[in-house]
Amino acid sequence: MTAASSSPEDVASKRGFLPRRVFVTPFTQTTGLARWILLAGVVLTLLFVVAAIFAPWIAPYGFDQKSAGGVNFPRAVPPNGTHIFGTNTQFYDVFSRVVWGARTAIEVVGLALVFALIIGVPLGLVSGYLGGWLDRILVLVNDTLFAFPSLLLAIVFAFLLSSRLGGGVIAAAVSLTVIYVPQYFRVVRSTTLSAREATYVEAARAMGARKLTIMRRYLFANVIQSVPVIGTLNAADAIGTLAALGFLGLGIQPTEASEWGYDLRRALADASAGIWWTSAFPGLAIVLLVTGLTLVGEGLNETLNPTLRRRRLRPVVLPPRSGQDSGEES
Amino acid sequence: MFARGSLTRYVLQRLLLTIPMVWLLLTLVFLLLRVAPGDPVSASLGGRLSEAALDERRAALGLDRPLFTQYLDYLNQVAHLDFGTTISDRTPILNVIRDNGGVTLTLGVAGMLVALLIGVPAGLLAARHRDGVSDTGIRLFGIVSYAAPVFFTGLLAQLFFAVKLDWFPTSGIASPVTKFQVEPITHIILLDAILQGDGGAFLEILHHLVLPGVTLGLLLSGVFIRLVRVNMLQTLQSDYVEAARARGVGERAVVWRHAFRNALVPFVTVLGLQIALLLSGAVLTETTFNLPGLGLQLVNYIEDRDYTAVQGIITLFALVVIAISIIVDIVNAFIDPRVRYS
Amino acid sequence: MSERSGGAPALSVRDLRVWYGTDRGPVRAVDGVSFDIEAGQTLGLVGESGCGKSTLGRALLGLLPAGSKTDGEILVDGTDLSSLPDKERRALRGSRMGMVFQEPMTRLNPLMRVSQMFDEALGANEPSLSKTERHDRALDVLRRMGIPPTRWSSYPHEFSGGMRQRIMIALALVLRPRFVVADEPTTALDVLVEAQIIRILADLRRDYDTAMLLITHNLGIVAEACDRVAVMYAGEIVEIGPAREVFGQPRHPYTRDLLGSTISLSTDGLRYIAGAPPDLVEPPPACRFHPRCPDAMRVCQERYPRWTSGPADTEAACWLLERDQLGEDEAAPLERERIADADEA
Repeated sequence: MTAASSSPEDVASKRGFLPRRVFVTPFTQTTGLARWILLAGVVLTLLFVVAAIFAPWIAPYGFDQKSAGGVNFPRAVPPNGTHIFGTNTQFYDVFSRVVWGARTAIEVVGLALVFALIIGVPLGLVSGYLGGWLDRILVLVNDTLFAFPSLLLAIVFAFLLSSRLGGGVIAAAVSLTVIYVPQYFRVVRSTTLSAREATYVEAARAMGARKLTIMRRYLFANVIQSVPVIGTLNAADAIGTLAALGFLGLGIQPTEASEWGYDLRRALADASAGIWWTSAFPGLAIVLLVTGLTLVGEGLNETLNPTLRRRRLRPVVLPPRSGQDSGEES
Repeated sequence: MFARGSLTRYVLQRLLLTIPMVWLLLTLVFLLLRVAPGDPVSASLGGRLSEAALDERRAALGLDRPLFTQYLDYLNQVAHLDFGTTISDRTPILNVIRDNGGVTLTLGVAGMLVALLIGVPAGLLAARHRDGVSDTGIRLFGIVSYAAPVFFTGLLAQLFFAVKLDWFPTSGIASPVTKFQVEPITHIILLDAILQGDGGAFLEILHHLVLPGVTLGLLLSGVFIRLVRVNMLQTLQSDYVEAARARGVGERAVVWRHAFRNALVPFVTVLGLQIALLLSGAVLTETTFNLPGLGLQLVNYIEDRDYTAVQGIITLFALVVIAISIIVDIVNAFIDPRVRYS
Repeated sequence: MSERSGGAPALSVRDLRVWYGTDRGPVRAVDGVSFDIEAGQTLGLVGESGCGKSTLGRALLGLLPAGSKTDGEILVDGTDLSSLPDKERRALRGSRMGMVFQEPMTRLNPLMRVSQMFDEALGANEPSLSKTERHDRALDVLRRMGIPPTRWSSYPHEFSGGMRQRIMIALALVLRPRFVVADEPTTALDVLVEAQIIRILADLRRDYDTAMLLITHNLGIVAEACDRVAVMYAGEIVEIGPAREVFGQPRHPYTRDLLGSTISLSTDGLRYIAGAPPDLVEPPPACRFHPRCPDAMRVCQERYPRWTSGPADTEAACWLLERDQLGEDEAAPLERERIADADEA
């Protein structure tokens, strides 16, 4: 990722106000198919965000509800009028579980990324700016964490935290945080490193500005640009990792909330009996949400990183030669 | 001592630099697994054995000694490739690794091969037809295959190819009869079948490997498609490619000898990082298809709260990841002469 | 000089136009350029940045990006390159025409040895050669460029910038093309190395029969290494002729100003040309230089100047040279607003 060392004013004016760049230019600058794909990604993501926010109104039943109006739900019936996604072997309504699962996923992943930002960004700033042995140690720790398989890392943390923090949303979020801190640390640190040497920072230092002020005012703006892309792609990854934890029995405990990965684990046994709806819908939800987030992230990347953009080509029509000479040799 | 730019010198430098990282990883693993409250023995066996028996187990595992001593012991053990013993039945982890590692290795190799076979040509094709229909289609395919959790893909594969079509088995690495028949020489069941000349067993194992291998491979292929495509696009636009074209070098030679070969270099570098993904994916795939590998064992030990077993297997995985990354760096230095000089 | 007197020139360009499409309209990067280069001759092409010289060079080789349209004739040995289908034209690259690019650092494949590059280039263009013949030819050219045979198996990063540029020149010449376009070959090199490369290019006139188009913004290089020079402005050639004549007695105001703004040891004050190069989407009407020309007349913005021949085979397109044929009204000085400071380049 090319880090630009420009002053905050440059960043704002030359390349456009950040929210505008994040939201508007992806659409105006991309062409044809790329634009539709970005749109699809946004639509998919919004779909799930809406489902998460409005779950109590959208989902017909609770996530662990086995009956309604005194009547028990049927066991493992295929999609029909009353249960549009069917029910599973534990008498739950699949559609409700999928919708509540969206809420769980968005909550956990949102929290995890916020935690990762809170830890990673300041660490990266400090490490990049101060340098020295602190920087070297942090980089070593960071690279080691980064090299380790992310799922295994999450497994270890979930394994440990489950006894301390229980099996709820917070515990799951913290298990995921550790995976994403290194990315923010790395990006922020490298941007800080290159911005640190910029002349306007030197001028500020010469004027006697405190290190904290420099970091806060000048470097922060530069750093902020890379975060949306990484954040979105991390969110996509986190949804998958959460589901994997749930699949392995380490994520959200079934008593706390509905989780897609857990439902898929339960659905494993259903496969041989030909019961497909208990796995298809939760699985599809995961695929769609992760795909949506990835498409948004890629789209953002193409806009915020202009080197990847392809400029629009306009056709040229040459008028016939006018016979006006310009440089003809005799 | 060694000539600048020599491969040997680079290898030695690289190995030296890895030592702090290995040490750090081991320390992290050790510390993490001591963070939980209570002690591992009560957590996994508490309530099942008398207090005296529990004390005995604790002493046997050295859990009654000061933390620092345990740490040194741990490091010492790992240096001798001793990964400890399980709490539940006191099996040396090394035995667990020996008995189950083969399956994970086979699955990993199968997944990698499938991923390369699908991902590399697809990435190439996408780059050649940039912004065309095939490019967009391939990219979308890559995104979706990576987005789909490997256990979901596996489930769908089972539902369709195993249950519905009955072309492949739903689970396991081989039938119990075959497992009994094949002698564990290398402990890698596929190899052992070859070494024994047992063609039937060999085919049967392959048959069982198809669904899990393709499932895992699909996951990785998404990553490979993107990597190859991006690198190819970059090299195709590079200055030396234009200069070659200006010299009249044929388009085919330009694409293969210049663009593709140069695109492979950053690809191989990143390939090593995919080991991490491969391991995570293997754990999930083994669980889905009930393959008796280390991943499945890990999951079982986690359910049993068997700390030392979890510690042992995670340690092994960590070492494998580092070892592979070193190998990849060396291969990279071999391919790209510029690396040796830095 | 050329060994063949008479006969067709090695390269003949007639009315070449290259336009790019943009949102605002087509950019007329090259707008009707004609010139000849004889075998063994070097034509220097000078002008400010953005005047279209690079585009012109690339158009000759057919290396323009998508979205551009070319028109006009490019004649090599009687064949019009622009009328050939793409495939045939590509086949002529290397064997008929070559190019030396600006930045030697990135123009050589870092994973290929020098030997492999020559092997590839010769193999693609002259497949009938045997391996030994290829080897010998390559070593011969390299020797002339000052690269010893001991470096035959080295990688590009083992060479300095100047040496890499020499390798590039060697790669172009080993194929014995009819003409070579050298696009700012020394701009990325430091002054001492630049002198060496220019010496090599100057000597080429003696050893090879290749015609060369040397594109540069450095007038000193042209004086050193070129037989003739063409001065380009806003996509058109404004003056052309033997280098010595054009530099000694410039006839076009732009050429004069260009020479005047060169810095040498005898410079005692900085002179520059007021204003900035024009917008190529909507260039100024008639003579494109008139907004910046200190001697502009009314006719200059109404009618296109004609080519007038001058002494020693020079040509220039300027109304000043035909002043005696103009009416009093036309020849009156052009009234313009003072060029605003903001327009300064």
